[in-house]
Amino acid sequence: MAMAIRVCLLLLVFLSSAIVSFSLYEDQVGLMDWHQRYIGKVKHAVFHTQKTGRKRVIVSTEENVVASLDLRHGEIFWRHVLGTKDAIDGVDIALGKYVITLSSQGSMLRAWNLPDGQMVWETSLHSAQSSKSLLSVPINLKADKDYPILVFGGGYLHAVSAIDGEVLWKKDFTAEGFEVQRVLQPPESSVIYVLGFLHSSEAVVYQIDSKTGEVVAQKSMVFPGGFSGEISSVSSDKVVVLDSTRSILVTIGFLDGDISFHKTPISDLVEDSGNAEILSPLLSDMLAVKVSKRTMFVRVGGEGKLEVVDSLSDETAMSDSLPVADDQVAFASVHHEGSKIHLMVKLVDDLDTVLLRESIQMDQHRGRVHKVFINNYIKTDRSNGFRALIVMEDHSLLLLQQGAIVWSREEGLASVTDVTTAELPVEKDGVSVAKVEHTLVDWLKGHVLKLKGSLLLASPEDVAAIQEMRMQSSGRSKLTRDHNGFRKLFIALTRAGKLFALHTGDGRIVWSMLLNSPSKSEACERPSGISLYQWQVPHHHAMDENPSVLVVGRCGSDSSAPGVLSLVDVYTGKEISSSDIGHSVVQVMPLPFTDSTEQRLHLIADTEGHVHLYPKTSEALSIFQREFQNVYWYTVEGDDGIIRGHAMKSSCAGETADEYCFTTRELWTVVFPSESEKIISTLTRKPNEVVHTQAKVSTDQDVLYKYVSRNLLFVATVSPKGAGEIGSVTPEESALVVYLIDTITGRILHRLSHQGCQGPVHAVFSENWVVYHYFNLRAHKYEVTVVEIYDQSRAENKNVWKLVLGKHNLTAPISSYSRPEMFTKSQSYFFAQSVKTIAVTSTAKGITSKQLLIGTIGDQILALDKRFVDPRRTLNPSQAEKEEGIIPLTDSLPIIPQSYITHSLKVEGLRGIVTAPAKLESTTHVFAYGVDLFYTRLAPSKTYDSLTDDFSYALLLITIVALVAAIYITWVISEKRELSEKWR
Amino acid sequence: MAKLTVFFFFSLIISSSLAFQSDELLVDDDEFGLEGAKPQSSSSSSPTTIRKRYSDPDLDSKVQFTLEHAFGDSDFSPAGTFSARLKSWSHGGKTLTKLRFSRNGFSDQEKHTFNNLLKGDDFYRIRLPSNVISPPGKEFVVASVRARCLPRDGLDEHFVIHMEGANILAVSYGSLGACQYPRQFKLPAKWSFNSHTILKSSEQAPRTPIFTEEIVGGENAEGEVEPPPERSFWAKYWMYLIPLGLVVMNAVTQATNMAEEQTGGQAGGSQVQQSARRR
Repeated sequence: MAMAIRVCLLLLVFLSSAIVSFSLYEDQVGLMDWHQRYIGKVKHAVFHTQKTGRKRVIVSTEENVVASLDLRHGEIFWRHVLGTKDAIDGVDIALGKYVITLSSQGSMLRAWNLPDGQMVWETSLHSAQSSKSLLSVPINLKADKDYPILVFGGGYLHAVSAIDGEVLWKKDFTAEGFEVQRVLQPPESSVIYVLGFLHSSEAVVYQIDSKTGEVVAQKSMVFPGGFSGEISSVSSDKVVVLDSTRSILVTIGFLDGDISFHKTPISDLVEDSGNAEILSPLLSDMLAVKVSKRTMFVRVGGEGKLEVVDSLSDETAMSDSLPVADDQVAFASVHHEGSKIHLMVKLVDDLDTVLLRESIQMDQHRGRVHKVFINNYIKTDRSNGFRALIVMEDHSLLLLQQGAIVWSREEGLASVTDVTTAELPVEKDGVSVAKVEHTLVDWLKGHVLKLKGSLLLASPEDVAAIQEMRMQSSGRSKLTRDHNGFRKLFIALTRAGKLFALHTGDGRIVWSMLLNSPSKSEACERPSGISLYQWQVPHHHAMDENPSVLVVGRCGSDSSAPGVLSLVDVYTGKEISSSDIGHSVVQVMPLPFTDSTEQRLHLIADTEGHVHLYPKTSEALSIFQREFQNVYWYTVEGDDGIIRGHAMKSSCAGETADEYCFTTRELWTVVFPSESEKIISTLTRKPNEVVHTQAKVSTDQDVLYKYVSRNLLFVATVSPKGAGEIGSVTPEESALVVYLIDTITGRILHRLSHQGCQGPVHAVFSENWVVYHYFNLRAHKYEVTVVEIYDQSRAENKNVWKLVLGKHNLTAPISSYSRPEMFTKSQSYFFAQSVKTIAVTSTAKGITSKQLLIGTIGDQILALDKRFVDPRRTLNPSQAEKEEGIIPLTDSLPIIPQSYITHSLKVEGLRGIVTAPAKLESTTHVFAYGVDLFYTRLAPSKTYDSLTDDFSYALLLITIVALVAAIYITWVISEKRELSEKWR
Repeated sequence: MAKLTVFFFFSLIISSSLAFQSDELLVDDDEFGLEGAKPQSSSSSSPTTIRKRYSDPDLDSKVQFTLEHAFGDSDFSPAGTFSARLKSWSHGGKTLTKLRFSRNGFSDQEKHTFNNLLKGDDFYRIRLPSNVISPPGKEFVVASVRARCLPRDGLDEHFVIHMEGANILAVSYGSLGACQYPRQFKLPAKWSFNSHTILKSSEQAPRTPIFTEEIVGGENAEGEVEPPPERSFWAKYWMYLIPLGLVVMNAVTQATNMAEEQTGGQAGGSQVQQSARRR
């Protein structure tokens, strides 16, 4: 009997613990999500080695990040991501404790505390015009207990106190148009020399008192040829500059305030003269000149005499000079040889003295060395050691020391431009599953631990053990496909032209591949990747083929430059083929057809209005010919405000044409009047989106049919005046008009104008709805509008008898040429945040309800149920509507702090969100990229189709066993009792 | 929905704190056009009747623009004339009203070409100038339809002209009804056009409702955090009550059994068995 009570209790406990928790708990962070922090391609690096125990390096990058990195491990101590328009011009260290950054074309000066990265002060400098900017932190310049920082930018020279950021003095050069090139400071003097050019033909030297900013002396001299602007300062009283023809090196000496020119034609130095280029490294008494693919070191003699001392091949990267012991100055150079790179540190005075020579095996897929920064340290044997920070072609950052790569950072991933997903290989038979639970004992132990955890009996060690077990369990980082489709690869294309495959389980790089690796042909020297497409996704047949992605690139920055196609195997990361296609790439259109090996057909449009079919096989051609009549495409000419629709016409004529080239004809145009409308955003549905059902049953048993068309284009236009920043126009001047255009016929299906509203418009298009975000100038708030489109031509199918008798038109083919009978519903809400990007979750079958993923200005991602943006919301929903899940209408969308899927993390510099379905219907993958990467798995309607990871199977088992035992025991007892009663 | 809008507007009116917004009702030009001229009046380009004159004719002016067509990839040639009244508003805007259309019939040559189009299921294309005051404006607005979509009894055509002031943004062109997908080759019974024209201008988005303070308060109390309806005690706790009842019952029978065991009662055993089985 007591047993029965216990069983009941156990059942109770079980029931109470089985109430599934839906939100994310603290200990669940990192189970399904990962976050990677990057900084971008390094532009400047400043080493800081003074005394501080932990050596660190300060870097500024092309992603406008200033960061402090650990020199030992490459970890980020701190970093700050400045705004996208706040590009960093210079970085330096002042007073030994402040990091000074100059940004926004020399108009923003900030000081950050070196150890922890706190901002110490920020000074906005007056800027009158855009000009080049210059940051100079004199080392031993002192003016009345203050250490001025000299900043030139926007036509002004400022001296700013390093201590508190106060402007000590400023000198206005805007009137003359004087461009400061160098600020030089002779040692032991309070006078600074400011050298610059006037209209790039006159050299001017100002001697300025560093305490007051007064001009002590001014000298100028006109150089008849004019300067080209590149300048290299070789010593404290000499600079070398190229003339405007780039064939004469001019040494400008300004000793004691007198300017003297000394001209040296390049042809005197080398035989093969060409256009010369002064390379940036700061070397004392020496400069590096690049002439026709060779780099020369030119020593500057006492009277401005130039003399070539060494020359190197083109592919050499050099560092600035670095003072080493005994008044000597060294510099580093790195060059490639085969798969190795050679690092050499030489003395500037004596190029034959090589202080360091190291060879390091380098991954081919890192490309060439772009930048080198060196730093010295005292070795244990008191001699000088050198370490070099190198930036590679793929933007990665490596630290070399003692002939080895100490650490590397894949900074290319900070500039992801396009992302697609790929499946992992299927697990082969015979290859056994890496056993997570080895034995029954381990298995039981694990579950007992879990049980303890769920009964709140676990000690801290147990909790840690549970956490670890969770991380290991389900083999989430295995390289094979899993049953739920949780393990996938995200293929990311970066601006450097490198492909990365990231594993969804732990975010590690499975493989990476540089598209323009040095082994490539010379025809296309520097292809830049544009976009990424799924080329081959075998899932029905051709299962033995590996899936592959298509990378479309271009041989130059110009849009008419010839394109490059590259096919990359997703499993191995090897390039299958690469071809120069001989025509330009304007638009790439994946077609909804695949050939027998499941290669997707693609059309590529060029600048001449022709389209080209890929793959170039006869099978693809025959498939395409079958659908020739039904292929349409459109182009958006954003500058002219014209959208054009095209259809296929015939094969290309002409001698260069092949049978895979087709001409097109124009079918329709939509012309936006240039005086009142400017296209700011266009958007289509994702082509691979799955819609579960077309019908939507409303509360009163009525059926609405979604207008689900793949050929809808969402266009947003604003008044040209309103295309600028928010608040630059009055509400009367600005209007936002949104359109839904059928891309087959050019029909405008929906057109709605928002008076007094302004872009930028961020929109998301899915199924039959569009949600877009814009600014309402009248209300001074951001707004979100939802438009849902419903089909009316199928509305008569509601009658059951019609369905029974087959008199419905549900199976009739839809033609775009039929007059569309549709209606739209829309509703607007205020939204408290400005938005960087919007995406929507996508699931395998489209059954699960959707969530909007809103990338907010704070670089976080907010998940908002689609139910909040439903035009059927009313102020007082009826009981039936409430049961259906309609939320009462409010004037603004709620921002619930718990629904940030990034929880406490930030995806700095967020640029895009990609969603991909898992095999499990309830679950979707979310990948967000910016400077950082973030991945998580979402279940918008909770995981209704699977048990949670921490579901305690052991508890269930124990319960069942206990119940069975209890039944058996009570049965035995009752039998006995019955027997004893009968014997009585 | 309509009630709701009325309600919003009402709430807007009563809230005086809002910024001024013009309450002018913009004339809805939607569906303002009218059908084309008589099908038979082949080349007469001027409209025959004008139903209504506006009170201030100096602000209105007449405009005419031509419809051009092309067969397949041929060049465009005139096919009809639209004439309309250009109404200038005091705030500077211009709208097109009273659109009339006269369609030129097909010549024999054109009939022949059109027949070829029908055979090849090719495109019949039309175009309009993008600006009606100074045609052709920036560009022509082009629309196309598969020729086989047009023939019914006659040739059915339906224009939807999207206007923005005096500019034509786009024109939708097609037959009035559906165009079944496997398009059948069918010659028109009559070689005359049956034209329908609609002018459309942009719809104004409804203002986002702003709930005034008291309404927000009321809404909050009513809708947003509405407490779930009270359920009965039994409905809430049945899952706990049933096992509890069983436990109590067991305990009771146990107690009675204990008592009866000494006196030699019988009921206990069978009770236990029952309760155990019930679980």
